[in-house]
Amino acid sequence: MMTHLQALEVLAEVRGDRVVITTMGSVGLWPKLSDTPKDFAYLPSSMGQAIPLGLGLALAKPGLGVIVISGDGGLLMNLGCLVTLAQHDVPLTVVLIDNGLYEVTGGQVLAGAGKTDYAGIAKSCGITRVAQFETADGWRSEAAECLAGDGPGFVWLKVEGVRGQATPSPPRPMAEQLLRLRAAI
Amino acid sequence: MLDGPTIASSIHDAGFSHVVWIPDSHLGTWETAIEQSSLVLVRPTREGEAVAIAAGLLIGGAKPLVLVQCTGFFEAGDAVRNVVHDMKLPLKLVVGVRSWQAVRDGKSRDNCPTFAEPVVRAWGLPFTWIEPTADIAACRTAFATLAAADSASVLLWAE
Repeated sequence: MMTHLQALEVLAEVRGDRVVITTMGSVGLWPKLSDTPKDFAYLPSSMGQAIPLGLGLALAKPGLGVIVISGDGGLLMNLGCLVTLAQHDVPLTVVLIDNGLYEVTGGQVLAGAGKTDYAGIAKSCGITRVAQFETADGWRSEAAECLAGDGPGFVWLKVEGVRGQATPSPPRPMAEQLLRLRAAI
Repeated sequence: MLDGPTIASSIHDAGFSHVVWIPDSHLGTWETAIEQSSLVLVRPTREGEAVAIAAGLLIGGAKPLVLVQCTGFFEAGDAVRNVVHDMKLPLKLVVGVRSWQAVRDGKSRDNCPTFAEPVVRAWGLPFTWIEPTADIAACRTAFATLAAADSASVLLWAE
């Protein structure tokens, strides 16, 4: 199974000029890989709202590529957002980091950890561009293809859970992040 | 009673581009008119999600209006907190206050009217009311004022 960092390293290689919205544990890792104005750390956040925020951005800017990196805990707080996303023909890809834990609160076990079929959920919601990977090599071999194509996509990445992680901090204040992002899109 | 076409044209003329909504039995009567207008109607699955979609639209330069019932507004509290107070985005909402007329007339014991305004106050949101007797001019003014506000604001819609 790949690590969270390995999963993001692959994504950083193929994200192109898409906006990347990070949440929770990814906020602490992603700036080491990319810190451009199109990298938006959604922190402070409202848990589960990153995907709809990305959808709103994609609707406001037709053609803008958007990637939302969500944790499994965040997605479970707002599963219905996949139904909403599937209604819209926008180039938004959800990259789900599934570690089975509430990592930023210390590593408590998530409901349904290891049992939930997130790819099946995404497909059932109407998202047709769906993929899943457990190894970095497998993910790397198809990552570019996973991000290409029209309409919403969903990539489920199973990663190793790590307990005892420090609570992440955004690379800069929210106001500054918003200014940078708006100027870049 | 204000009808759907009046509402839709008032929202449009106020400068809003998108309506992000989860309708109730009152707001829902506006659906056809909104669909037939040039407003873009976005249908999320719950109210916090509606608020977050509106945040993304605002970041991208659009002018969204969130339309929800007060019950959903109660549910959406954390999303409102984040968008308004963390991100400081000028979120605009119409919050339908369920049973307002019936409670006023002693025909209902629904507690929605009891909590709607205090919860809006609790989130630090400026608000105005529009009542069922409002005429078209008042309706148009209410939406125009809501759209023009620099900060996040709420229009409480007495149902």
